[in-house]
Amino acid sequence: MKAIVDKQRCTVCGVCSEACPMGAISLRENGIEISDDCSLCGICVDTCEFGALSLPEVGQGPSEDPSSYRGVWVYAEWREGKVHAVSHELLSAGRILADKRGVELGAVLLGSGIDDRVAEELIAYGAEVVYVIDHPELAHFTDERYSKCIVELVGRKRPEIFLAGATSMGRSFIPRVAAGLRTGLTADCTELDIADDGHLLQTRPAFGGNVMATIICPNRRPQMATVRPKVMKPVRLQGRKGRIERVDLPAECFKARVEVLEVIAEQDRTAKLTEADVIVSGGRGLRSAENFSLIENLAQLMNGAVGASRGAVEEGWMAPSHQVGQTGRTVAPTLYVAVGISGAVQHLVGMQGSEVIVAVNKDPSAPIFDVATYGVVADLFEFIPEFTKRIKREREG
Amino acid sequence: MHIVVCIKQVPDTKNVRIDPDTHTLVRQGVESIINPFDMFAIEGALKIKDQNGARVTVVTMGPPQASEALRETLGLGVDDAVLLSDRAFAGSDTWATSTTLSAAIRKMGDVDLILCGKQAVDGDTAQVGPEMAALLDVPYATFVKNIDTRESGFVKVVRQTDEGTEVWRLQLPALMTVIKELGEPRVPSLRHKMRAKKAEVAVWGTAELGLDPNSTGLSGSFTQVVRVFSPQRRGNRIQLEGSIENQVEQLFQHLKKARVPGL
Ligand SMILES: Cc1cc2nc3c(=O)[nH]c(=O)nc-3n(C[C@H](O)[C@H](O)[C@H](O)COP(=O)(O)OP(=O)(O)OC[C@H]3O[C@@H](n4cnc5c(N)ncnc54)[C@H](O)[C@@H]3O)c2cc1C
Ligand SMILES: Nc1ncnc2c1ncn2[C@@H]1O[C@H](COP(=O)(O)O)[C@@H](O)[C@H]1O
Repeated sequence: MKAIVDKQRCTVCGVCSEACPMGAISLRENGIEISDDCSLCGICVDTCEFGALSLPEVGQGPSEDPSSYRGVWVYAEWREGKVHAVSHELLSAGRILADKRGVELGAVLLGSGIDDRVAEELIAYGAEVVYVIDHPELAHFTDERYSKCIVELVGRKRPEIFLAGATSMGRSFIPRVAAGLRTGLTADCTELDIADDGHLLQTRPAFGGNVMATIICPNRRPQMATVRPKVMKPVRLQGRKGRIERVDLPAECFKARVEVLEVIAEQDRTAKLTEADVIVSGGRGLRSAENFSLIENLAQLMNGAVGASRGAVEEGWMAPSHQVGQTGRTVAPTLYVAVGISGAVQHLVGMQGSEVIVAVNKDPSAPIFDVATYGVVADLFEFIPEFTKRIKREREG
Repeated sequence: MHIVVCIKQVPDTKNVRIDPDTHTLVRQGVESIINPFDMFAIEGALKIKDQNGARVTVVTMGPPQASEALRETLGLGVDDAVLLSDRAFAGSDTWATSTTLSAAIRKMGDVDLILCGKQAVDGDTAQVGPEMAALLDVPYATFVKNIDTRESGFVKVVRQTDEGTEVWRLQLPALMTVIKELGEPRVPSLRHKMRAKKAEVAVWGTAELGLDPNSTGLSGSFTQVVRVFSPQRRGNRIQLEGSIENQVEQLFQHLKKARVPGL
């Protein structure tokens, strides 16, 4: 299967051929030709201003009646005795979707020894019902038990939409839930909306953030998505009403072929890159491990995390867990400060979703400036100490 | 022990740059590479082979030219390679991909360990591994950075999460998705390269896998892309000028006005 060309409409202008990431479109005298390299990504469809390209239909699958599913659910990630901020963000986003659909907003809370107060918090963030599955076997996260529990509960209650945070936990077990429910899943969304026909419009970056794609799951329910932390705004209102339902599930749900032997929390707070509001990142321009203290001081002052380019990690100046980019973490903080980083595309794809980007580099033609909100062409050894001082002065003054 | 590594060919981004005006990838005859995370998976498998002895099979679902990627891994010391290729596979979402890959693993039969990359760098979904584990009904662990296979019938792994590290013990057969810390890929050896040249790469399509073509590719997918567009371009960059003190002050005021946290 490949993209379909309407020869009547095609003007052989070549725009699609340029845009095709697979290089699958070639221009012939009397039309375009699409080779077997076509991955059906749909980029060409969007670039064609003559409407000459389209994709074949997606499969129906053995679907049940979608209208028998009702309600919007959010998975409330509970770890280390607290609910992850992304769950609050999702409840607020879910609230809007549920209101548009005129349905109930539910939260699902899994763990061991969960106090009612945790569930009440979720109600304050917008949930009308909180399903609590409390079991000793859920004390430590394992994909197998957590997914079995949710598959069982969703099977019973049939929500039409199910959202979870794109955290390491969510990205780990939600795909198994989706597969268990025989439904589609869209990873790492940055935008959600609902169409009048009830389709969840799930927008996510693709090809390293260089294009955005809106995805639907037309024939299966629930419609499932994981959503990046920090893209939705949490809204907490006192006095919201809701109910808490503690659910008993069959023993089978708590069986697993996995045993958690040890859980070692990261001591280094600054390594929590994906959660930070501010990230200060250093690259090879720092020249040594010692000089990274410039980065660390600034990060600490701004209550942020320390990131690094692969260049700096390869030099051994920073631990691999700090690496931002294609083979490291993908981050999207409010503020990203890139210091002495050239901006290779593998680095850019991991941070260009940040809201405000400051680049400090002495080379005015460094590609990092292409994505920067504020560009500083300067020697970092002069600029960073001065800038750090400036913030300190403000604090004291 | 039989280890299967799932690899994917992805566009090489080494020489591409982002066009500052259109914000799209500038691609100058982009070549394909093996997804970097999958290279760590191969290295992990070969390390187990070196230490305890194992048979390593790589499998990829892709167009016919993906057999080049498989041959490359044979040069590293992988034993067997299987290409899953059929027009019916085109347009697969993660569900359809997992369906096809797990059918291949089921056909192989005697598999103990399945290794995947953490995610493919083109789609970035990180879903294929876990979905495959669900379809094969095997336990799995994601973001694995160390694998210990010394205990028979089990595997002990260290996984990296947002919160720290965890040590898990899984019953075999099991699946894991791996990260960089598992090991940088080795260089191909001459001996293996010679063998790779002559080696047969098996090609399986829907017929060999016993799959209904309608359950694969786009027609077997649950999700559908309805729109693809360029991300909103950033407001023009503000270039700061003047002396260091001047630039410092300008940046500080801009950030303050933008109400960024941390100031
Ligand atoms: C498959 C693959 C995956 C990769 N994954 C990643 C990834 O996940 N993350 C990643 O970051 N990279 C990744 N890379 C590597 C990437 O291509 C670059 O090599 C790397 O990002 C370069 O790091 P750097 O910017 O720190 O170093 P350099 O490119 O050496 O840049 C250093 C910069 O510092 C500036 N500088 C030097 N001295 C000063 C000074 N005194 N003041 C101010 N500026 C100064 C220089 O002008 C230069 O621009 C990957 C590569 C490949 C092939
Ligand atoms: N077409 C494919 N063929 C073989 N393995 C794949 C394929 N697609 C994905 N995988 C495996 O699944 C992992 C995660 O991919 P993804 O879910 O696309 O991010 C990859 O690192 C591969 O190990």
